[in-house]
Amino acid sequence: MYKIIDKTKLNEQVEQMVIQAPYVARRCEPGQFIILRVDEKGERIPLTIADYNRESDQVTIIYQVVGYTTKLLSQMNIGESISDFVGPLGQPAKLKKHKRVLGIGGGVGAAPLYPQLKKLKEMGTDVDVIIGGRSESHIILEEAFQTICKNMYFATNDGSKGKKGFVTDVLLELIENGEMYDEVIAIGPLIMMKAVVGITKPLNIPTSVSLNPIMIDGTGMCGGCRVTIGGEVKFACVDGPDFDGFLVDFDECMRRQTYYKDHENHICKIGLNT
Amino acid sequence: MPNMSPKKVSMKEQDPEERVKNFQEVALGYTLDEAIAEADRCLNCRHMPCVYGCPVNVPIPDFISELKKGNIKEAYDIITSENGLPAICGRVCPQESQCEQVCVRGRKGDPVGIGRLERFVADYCMDDKTVEEPASNDIKIAVVGGGPAGLTCAADLAKKGYVVTIFEALHELGGVLMYGIPEFRLPKTLVQKEIDTIIKLGVHVEKNVIVGKSITVDELFDEGYKAVFIGSGAGLPRFMGLKGENLNGVYSANEFLTRVNLMKAYDFPNHPTPVRIGKRVAVIGGGNVAMDAARTAKRLGAEEVMIVYRRSKEELPARLEEVHHAEEEGIEFKLLNNPTEIIGEDGEVKAMQCIRMELGEPDASGRRRPVPIENSSFTMDVDTVIIAIGQTPNPLLRDTTEPLETNQRGCIIVHQETMETTMPNVYAGGDAVTGAATVILAMGAGKKAAKAIDEKLRNETKK
Repeated sequence: MYKIIDKTKLNEQVEQMVIQAPYVARRCEPGQFIILRVDEKGERIPLTIADYNRESDQVTIIYQVVGYTTKLLSQMNIGESISDFVGPLGQPAKLKKHKRVLGIGGGVGAAPLYPQLKKLKEMGTDVDVIIGGRSESHIILEEAFQTICKNMYFATNDGSKGKKGFVTDVLLELIENGEMYDEVIAIGPLIMMKAVVGITKPLNIPTSVSLNPIMIDGTGMCGGCRVTIGGEVKFACVDGPDFDGFLVDFDECMRRQTYYKDHENHICKIGLNT
Repeated sequence: MPNMSPKKVSMKEQDPEERVKNFQEVALGYTLDEAIAEADRCLNCRHMPCVYGCPVNVPIPDFISELKKGNIKEAYDIITSENGLPAICGRVCPQESQCEQVCVRGRKGDPVGIGRLERFVADYCMDDKTVEEPASNDIKIAVVGGGPAGLTCAADLAKKGYVVTIFEALHELGGVLMYGIPEFRLPKTLVQKEIDTIIKLGVHVEKNVIVGKSITVDELFDEGYKAVFIGSGAGLPRFMGLKGENLNGVYSANEFLTRVNLMKAYDFPNHPTPVRIGKRVAVIGGGNVAMDAARTAKRLGAEEVMIVYRRSKEELPARLEEVHHAEEEGIEFKLLNNPTEIIGEDGEVKAMQCIRMELGEPDASGRRRPVPIENSSFTMDVDTVIIAIGQTPNPLLRDTTEPLETNQRGCIIVHQETMETTMPNVYAGGDAVTGAATVILAMGAGKKAAKAIDEKLRNETKK
């Protein structure tokens, strides 16, 4: 069992939990993920690691309360334990010391972006960030990013914080203003990452993205997470989750992501009283 | 006077029409009278060919002799002196190519139903077992993987007093017994009970630990483990590289079966893991896993389920019993057909293109090689495709354990006598060494390694 040490609501849809998980905390690196099961009957869901503390053996996860399992997780409280928590899974992000890197985090995608930018900063890279969300209340981790980023930009759908529009609108502006970046790291909804690559690829700005497809075991056993990267089939769980954005077949990812939509809708309607 | 009937006492089975609607066990087992009648067919041969036909050398005539007398507990103790998972082996061992193949009664008529008798004895004693925890020698051993190889190795070492910890990547022990073999062939409550018996020997379990990711083999030695046994299985599914293989509706057999068996998707939404099954399902492959996937698809409500296999019926690698059960359940066998493309519409599987095959000269495996017949392409309408063409060992462990040498197929290289790898005090066995094989061969390897580990550590402490 894995004890919940802390739980914070970051906004109406997003929560943060600190979990006692020694094996994960001791060896995880930015870019890696875990798989958890809330209870004995539960399904296994992958979540990216948002932070970790090797001394206290604790791992931070940030999740959006959207599906059956995240709702179930959201009903758990500090001091209680979840059934399973396994990792670290996947490859660590291949972070290189650059002059300047731009992070782009969409919604809850800002969570896994944070440890990558933090590590880059520690390596001596200047980092800027664009954080996007539906409205001001959907912007997460602003304070955390503040401590590591030189420049921070925001985009919200309703214009309640930063630019009214998408993170890509901010990205275009920065480029038009002549800002130069050695690399872009974009983590968020597939449609956002696809749009970012749509801008960076013609300009040849190397862009890393993080994929979070449907998977069960996270160790290469089920093959459910297969993605096409530069025409080659890869397993996101063992070969990723971070990939060269220029090579990702985003349309295929988006299609595969929807495979259980009907089941998810069904179980959310009948499964939980929330 | 032995029972000289040339036929095995028949075992009741669920009616095919009924059983395709449920996940309960197909074969229902013997009653006490039936078991004793079948036991009476054993001639108790002095040269015991069956014992040598068994990969773990269960003293078969001895347990059958006790069974004849109605001493079921004694029979059970004899079996478990060599085999810690008898209810499992009685069900899934390929007895027809092992103990029963060499049974003297098999020369004229059916061999003795050794598997059925093993199953009977194990089931009879299932809830009435006393396990004593052996005295500890305080020497720590790590076992990587809680499948048949690891469980057997752990049990044998624990019986000798070693302090064994099993590190399991998933949230349940059992490996392929839990995620791979379906409920209707091997009930999971029963697997759990046999595992519990092994745990009661004092074996420690750390679930959710992936050796190679959560901890390395070197770190295990740093933590004071004196030997490591790797039984990490062959969990990596093979795909064919077909066009359309990433369409929605294409599963690896591993994913399909794991969803249904380990995650209990057949009980959705009580268990929240979903599985989607279409009306017309094609399963590619001809082994036991393909049969399991096809029969599972049928039980989930598919109207038509087809096995698509590139060779003929004779070459099907699945056990005859499994093929027979599949046929009874209405699975269609599309033999001498090979898929060439999976065709989609709006991203979902719509059809599969195949080419007809004929058998040519024997290949390296000794089976006649299938050759495509020119201009024989055709498409079959399907909406789900399950690929069951084999599994290879998972690279996670070898990638982080440099001294561990593997062959071209990714299988760990071991010394055949001791199961020791190229890394001192690291042993391996089961599918991780052989590639996908049987439960009992994995158990045999676990036993052999346990013996070698014990001998080596004894010599080391003597020095």
